[in-house]
Amino acid sequence: MAKEEYPLKKVCIICAKGAIEDVYAALVMANGAVMEGIETKMFFTFFGLDAITKKTMKSLKTATVGNPALRMPGGLPFPTLLGILPGVEAGVSAMMKSGMAKIDIPPVDEFLEMITAGGGEIYACKLAMDMFKLKKEDLWDGVSGVLTVGEFYERAGGPQSQIIFV
Amino acid sequence: MAQKTYAGVTVDVNEEGYLLNPSQWTKEIAVEIAKEENLELTDQHFKVLDFIREKHAKGETLTIRSVGNSGITDIKGFYQLFPGAPMKKAAKIAGIPKPASCV
Repeated sequence: MAKEEYPLKKVCIICAKGAIEDVYAALVMANGAVMEGIETKMFFTFFGLDAITKKTMKSLKTATVGNPALRMPGGLPFPTLLGILPGVEAGVSAMMKSGMAKIDIPPVDEFLEMITAGGGEIYACKLAMDMFKLKKEDLWDGVSGVLTVGEFYERAGGPQSQIIFV
Repeated sequence: MAQKTYAGVTVDVNEEGYLLNPSQWTKEIAVEIAKEENLELTDQHFKVLDFIREKHAKGETLTIRSVGNSGITDIKGFYQLFPGAPMKKAAKIAGIPKPASCV
C-alpha cells in the first residue's frame, strides 16, 4: 500500500438529495471514513433532510422516471413510461433495499447509528429546515444540531480536511 | 515476503503487518501485535478476536455491523475496544488479512 504523505484527517459530507442511492452514497462514504478513524461530519440539506427526518427516513425512494441508468432485472433498459405507473416506484425501491440488505448494508436509521456510534456527527441545514417547515423534534434523535452554512464551515476547517458533496 | 517475530515465534506478514497465515496465530502473538497498536488485550477483546477469526475461517465477509450483531459487543463498544479503525485493527491483531469490505 502506498503511504500518503498527508493522510486524510477529517471529512465533511454534504447530502443534498433524498433518493435512496444519493443518501446511501453519502452514508457509505461517511461510515467508511469513521471506520478508518477519520473525523466525520455529515450535513443534510434540501431533499437530503428526508434521510434524517423521522417521518421519511424509512421510506426513501429511487426515481423510476428520468433515471437513465435504471435497468430491468436482467439488464434491459427500464422504460420511462413504466415508471409512471402506480406502485412501480415503490416496487423498484423495495428491490433496491433488498439488494442492499443482501450485502449487509443496513437501513438508513441503523446506518446513521453506526456512524454516530463510531463518533461521526450528523447535522441538519437551518435554511432547508425553515423552507420545509421542519423542527428539531421532527429529526432523527441522533442529529447533533441544526446549523447555518457559516456554522457548518466553522466545523469544516483544519489541515488534511475535505468536503464531499453528494 | 516479510517476517516478524512475536513472542518468540517468527511469522510471515505482508508489508502492512497483517499475518499471511492465520494458522500461525496464537494468543501470545495477539498480545504482542496489540502492544504495537498501544492496546492491552482483555477477555472482551479476545471474544471479539475469536468471533472474527471464526467468521474469516468460514469465508464470510467481515463487517462492523456483523461484529455489532455478534452479541459480544455493540458497534459503539467495538470502537471503544479497538479505537480508531476497529475493523482493521482487530483483523491485524486476530492474524487475518485486512478486511476487504466497505461497510
